[in-house]
Amino acid sequence: MGKILEVKDLNVYYGVIHAIKNVSFDVEEGEIVTLIGANGAGKTTTLQTITGLISAKSGHVIYGGTDITKTPGYKLVSMGIAHVPEGRRVFADLSVYQNLMLGAFTRSDKAETEATLSMVYKRFPRLEERKEQRAGTLSGGEQQMLAMGRALMSHPRMMLLDEPSMGLSPIYVNEIFDIIKKINEDGVTVLLVEQNANKALAIANRAYVLETGNIVLSGDAHKLMEDPQVKAAYLSE
Amino acid sequence: MSSFITYLINGISLGSVYAIIALGYTMVYGIAKMLNFAHGDIIMVGGFTTYYIASVMGMPSAVGVLGAVVVCTALGVIIERIAYKPLREASSLSVLITAIGVSYFLQNAALIVFGADTKSFKSVIDIPSLSLMGGTVTVSGETMVTILSCIIILIGLTAFINKTKTGQAMLAVSEDKGAATLMGINVNRTIAVTFAIGSALAAVAGVLLCSSYPTLSSTTGAMPGIKAFVAAVFGGIGSIPGAMIGGIVLGIIENLSKAYISSQLSDAIVFAVLIIVLLVKPTGLMGKKIQEKV
Repeated sequence: MGKILEVKDLNVYYGVIHAIKNVSFDVEEGEIVTLIGANGAGKTTTLQTITGLISAKSGHVIYGGTDITKTPGYKLVSMGIAHVPEGRRVFADLSVYQNLMLGAFTRSDKAETEATLSMVYKRFPRLEERKEQRAGTLSGGEQQMLAMGRALMSHPRMMLLDEPSMGLSPIYVNEIFDIIKKINEDGVTVLLVEQNANKALAIANRAYVLETGNIVLSGDAHKLMEDPQVKAAYLSE
Repeated sequence: MSSFITYLINGISLGSVYAIIALGYTMVYGIAKMLNFAHGDIIMVGGFTTYYIASVMGMPSAVGVLGAVVVCTALGVIIERIAYKPLREASSLSVLITAIGVSYFLQNAALIVFGADTKSFKSVIDIPSLSLMGGTVTVSGETMVTILSCIIILIGLTAFINKTKTGQAMLAVSEDKGAATLMGINVNRTIAVTFAIGSALAAVAGVLLCSSYPTLSSTTGAMPGIKAFVAAVFGGIGSIPGAMIGGIVLGIIENLSKAYISSQLSDAIVFAVLIIVLLVKPTGLMGKKIQEKV
């Protein structure tokens, strides 16, 4: 399997702050790769740069062989990238159904969109039960499911997940990680950003550790779990 | 009694014009998060376009109305592209000042192009008036067409927003531009479409306004623009039904105060009611609670 995503020497600034420093990593098709690190390490910035919400100062993002560094964010969805943002960012005033259909905004194939919708409802039965409900009235865990379901509606090849477990109860955390694994088993490549390093490393194939904008460690996820440095810094719970 | 009903119907008609203008204000505010103070002057441009096509060139009124819609839509999109789009990341104060600048620019450009003399606008509506209640209440063709247009626009706009992809994209952009981008929505295009719709509605409002109040000058749009802004705030800015209700209530209050209290004080009364409503309900009649985003 080839590389689906390659990030090369990426540098991102917030004003004068050098947030991402020469970051390079790659994701193979079919993998789950996780970026772990403390708050402020640059994980979210990295994802937002990939999907064009923030522009890079230098470096390249290559997706499926195409340089997408300068591609406007909205064009990436139809290229197969779905980004589930930090804090879920569901459209609170719209119904669950409207949120899901916005996930399919770039698709014009009605029958196939319907098929994806029933697949999403099967994966998240609670969303079907609450499809008429305003998204803002859902619990945090349900909103996370909606954000993931909405991303699946675009029929992505690759999914970027930003802190999916943030602020959720332990039961939901387990459920969310199970679902990520299942989505990956269905053939979607996953790039997962997490502070919950335990859970992320448990389901990932490979991992990169970010510290203040630098990648300090990388390798097989299960080996990293045994790494004393990682254990001390990130697995201390 | 019959005179009260006449004032009331005329109030609803004037309010319908405010409502159509207020829809443009409220949609642009909801989606681009800016107050487009040049919106009122688009009305004036719409009025002049119809005047030149229908009265000066002698073409059918329908062509005049269509021409106004085309010119205003294009103007709205061009203004957004040139004046507002470069300020997307700027502070809202900069955008507000720019909008006021665009408003003055349009008024003065109109003064140069169309001249300083007030034109008399020939109504585009050619429908006989209707007699009600044994002839004691007369409703003019303009009044009927204005109220009917307002209803059609509300229904059409609601259907557009709820049933079309572009409409849903507008709702998404109004709530969260970043998340909308992640859905594959082109935010800039969606904002341009919003300006196009708002400006087309302003053209219709301009023609209806000038048909009922047939004088036309470079500042024709200024006062109705401000009143419509008040209507939008009154109803809850960002809310489409709010703009509608706000506009109509404002028109009724204005007309009844003119009839029963004082025509000089009518504007003061309108603004006093606005202040009272905002004191009781700061977000307006149909306004949403402002949610704090984390």
